[in-house]
Amino acid sequence: MKPAKLWSWIIFAFGAAYFIVPLLATFEFSLRIRREGYTFDAYTSVFSDGRFQASFSYSLLIGVCAIIVGLLIVVPAAYYVRLRAPHLRPIIEFITLLPLVIPAIILVFGYIRMYNTSSALPLLGTNLGTDILLTLAYVALALPYMYRAVDTGLRTIDVQTLTEAANILGANQATIIAKVIFPNIIVAVLSGAFLTLAIVIGEFTIASLLNRQVFGVYMQNVGANRAFEPAALAVISFVITWGAMGMIQLLARFAPKTARRD
Amino acid sequence: MAEEFLRIDKLVKTFGGNQVVKGVDLSFNKGEFVSLLGPSGCGKTTILRMIAGFERPDSGRILVEGKDISGLAPNQRKIGMVFQAYALFPNMNVADNIGFGLKIAGMPKPQREARIEEMLQLIGLSGYGKRYPFELSGGQQQRVALARALAPSPRMLLLDEPLSALDAKIRVSLREQIRQIQRELGITTVFVTHDQEEALSISDRIVVLNTGNVEQFGQPFEIYNRPQTRFVATFVGTLNTLNATVADAGAKTVTLGGTTVTIPALPASARNGEAVALTMRPEAVSLANGATRDIVLDGKVAEVSFLGSVIRLKVDLGDNAVNLDTFNDQRTPPPAHGAPVRIGIASSDVLVLER
Amino acid sequence: MTNVSSVADPAAGPVSTGPAVRVGGNPFRFFTRLRLGDIIAIAPFIIFALLFLLIPTLGLVVGAFQDPQGNFTLQNVMDLATPQIAASFWISIRVSVTSAVLGAAIGLAIALAIIRGKLPSGIRSTVMTFSGVASQFAGIPLSFAFLATLGRLGLVTVLLKFAGFDLYKSGFNLLSFWGLTITYLYFQIPLMILIIAPAIDGLKKEWGEAAATLGATNGQFWRYIGLPVLWPNLLGTLSLLFANAFGAIATAYALTGSSLNIVPILLYAQIRGDVLHNPGLGAALALGMIVITALANIVYLVIRTRAERWLK
Ligand SMILES: Nc1ncnc2c1ncn2[C@@H]1O[C@H](COP(=O)(O)OP(=O)(O)OP(=O)(O)O)[C@@H](O)[C@H]1O
Ligand SMILES: [Mg+2]
Repeated sequence: MKPAKLWSWIIFAFGAAYFIVPLLATFEFSLRIRREGYTFDAYTSVFSDGRFQASFSYSLLIGVCAIIVGLLIVVPAAYYVRLRAPHLRPIIEFITLLPLVIPAIILVFGYIRMYNTSSALPLLGTNLGTDILLTLAYVALALPYMYRAVDTGLRTIDVQTLTEAANILGANQATIIAKVIFPNIIVAVLSGAFLTLAIVIGEFTIASLLNRQVFGVYMQNVGANRAFEPAALAVISFVITWGAMGMIQLLARFAPKTARRD
Repeated sequence: MAEEFLRIDKLVKTFGGNQVVKGVDLSFNKGEFVSLLGPSGCGKTTILRMIAGFERPDSGRILVEGKDISGLAPNQRKIGMVFQAYALFPNMNVADNIGFGLKIAGMPKPQREARIEEMLQLIGLSGYGKRYPFELSGGQQQRVALARALAPSPRMLLLDEPLSALDAKIRVSLREQIRQIQRELGITTVFVTHDQEEALSISDRIVVLNTGNVEQFGQPFEIYNRPQTRFVATFVGTLNTLNATVADAGAKTVTLGGTTVTIPALPASARNGEAVALTMRPEAVSLANGATRDIVLDGKVAEVSFLGSVIRLKVDLGDNAVNLDTFNDQRTPPPAHGAPVRIGIASSDVLVLER
Repeated sequence: MTNVSSVADPAAGPVSTGPAVRVGGNPFRFFTRLRLGDIIAIAPFIIFALLFLLIPTLGLVVGAFQDPQGNFTLQNVMDLATPQIAASFWISIRVSVTSAVLGAAIGLAIALAIIRGKLPSGIRSTVMTFSGVASQFAGIPLSFAFLATLGRLGLVTVLLKFAGFDLYKSGFNLLSFWGLTITYLYFQIPLMILIIAPAIDGLKKEWGEAAATLGATNGQFWRYIGLPVLWPNLLGTLSLLFANAFGAIATAYALTGSSLNIVPILLYAQIRGDVLHNPGLGAALALGMIVITALANIVYLVIRTRAERWLK
């Protein structure tokens, strides 16, 4: 018993060091911009950069659009599979997991070939079309997480009973989803939304190849040209990721009691 | 006459300031089948786990054949254990589960296989060796768990509510099977249960526990018929309680429903005019039609429950009520609801519990 | 959780035998109305999956076998064998395998320590929350963080130099195989912890106790029961971690520029500017990536179905 506990502490301490040291080092590095001593000037420089503001709000906008589109696609499908077609479940789940195995660069390469200016659906021909394509690409990236979150939410509430109750009361399918199912899974949906945001906000590969000036591309530019601002950006990104994931933890507290494991 | 096998001395265990085992002393004989019986949370599992070595006693000793085993880790104690939730290893088939302890002990494969086959026969599952636990019913899984525990020939067997996850029919047949195997092997066994009927039906002796204390330790016959505390009397079996007043403590008489009767069990400490509770088992009360009992009371039938071989009647006596059991006699239908009846009780069957 | 092949969920309930016909009214009208509702519910998902997941990927697979005029050819695939491309596949596979195996091993150790190691209960939830964050903290900012830590001017490098040890003179370089692997572990380990924790919770306490009463040591318990039970999950996670590292590009791109030529970076450069001077070769490169990730998952599926007959 005793040596086992000691080992646990050693492993934990080792892991904690590996994960905390880079964060401290990055923070320390971000303060080193002036020779005289530690200052927050790197942060001032980043925040006052017009391209930071522009790229960040653009990423945020695309992220919100991806969340909305994702929900419109995922919620009805997950609901349908759970309630009407459990036999389709393996296929649907397989599809939702594809983005975890198909690398983003493959997806975007496929898009570029499929939606170029000379194709049947030349999304890449216009700015708006490219924005739409970027949004849909992010929907694809977030699909596994979004589907899981919504599906878990549906599992915790008794979809079958609720639907039957609503049916007896004379509601049609759309009303059922909007008025009965959705409020019940709002917590799960919001979790999926924040996860999507965390994924989208720093994304680089797809946006860069679609020539969109998102936050990730801006960061890469800064990284190639500056010394200390990148560290400040890394700290900012970490705080944003932490914020998004923290919201999920917070939401979990409001989740229905049945969602708890123990 | 019997040889002592397991001795528990002043065993104490505290969880977070809450004493759950409060100085338990017990002594079990070799080959004996003992049940630990008590309500949920009374410390049965905790005692069992201290014997197995999973919990460390705060104080007290556990001796097996005279030797203190406190210093031994669970894997050195050679004590078999069966759990409520079967706990078969899901990645091994039945044969590998049963053979696990033998393999750990380093038994060569041919001998191991023979022993596994022997155990399979013992539990009546020959031919099931290649199946995986998920392919078995609950009762079969628990039999495999029993075989797994017994295969390495442990010096003692512990079972923690092994039947409570099973349904009623299988519970009864499996408990008989466990008892039979235990007799065959002569292995000292401690069986934890909160089901008094189960404990009464298969044990050599029963330890009745309440909130970490031993209330009574004795054979089923004693526990049932001569409960030493109010707790044992009420926890084991059904008990009738009649309120009476002491008439003459010296003569051991009480007034009950207007008549005065003699109660041999009236304690010497009783005082005249004091209220006492007379208690008796349902089967000690009879319909007095022709029977000669020294306490005779009149009442009305309040409820009739047909239980098969016996019929339980609830008789309203005005300020008291009693349950009584009569054998089901095909030729005599039970009295109707509301019918006036006369009941008889032998005063020697009456127990008097304080307060 | 995100286990690639745990598609059949036991909690899914019994398979429905189609829409039940209800009493009253015209059953056929009800039937058709139901059908329409169902189609509306599932159609967006199916159309999206086709247009933005399946067809673009299949398009690449087809493109890998076409010459610039659109005729069938095997030349692109054969051209993958050029030393430059083969080398980048090799280094990609090495980085992915190493970071997946190390990430899985270390993640498993940490998960076991926080779940079964009798550590204070607050530690577990803290580690799980942190893992959620760190598993998503990848890409560009991660490379910045490691440059600030183990780069030539990074804190750890500086401190070690202060203590008399010159990391870079000893042969270490962040812009190398090991540098990239160490960086990738920052998201691989947390991902492992997140995925394996529920599986470890599934190991029943009684299995350990039953093994102990049968004479097994803690080590024997893990060897004969603990690890075999976790094995399918471990393999599944391993293939997921592999895919995760194999497709990653932003971290490596920001960290090493193009000094470490892993496949995704080569493909990135090819998409940007046709550095290979052959559009079909780009598609073949993509095909190679798809095949390798698919293989990792197929290997997992095969081993799992062969070794785990007891899995219900
Ligand atoms: N590991 C533990 N930590 C804290 N308290 C515990 C622990 N194990 C048992 N207890 C407490 O000790 C008391 C006795 O528990 P025990 O499991 O021995 O009861 P039991 O008689 O087996 O009950 P049941 O019939 O419900 O199984 C209970 O109040 C229980 O809550
Ligand atoms: Mg118990």
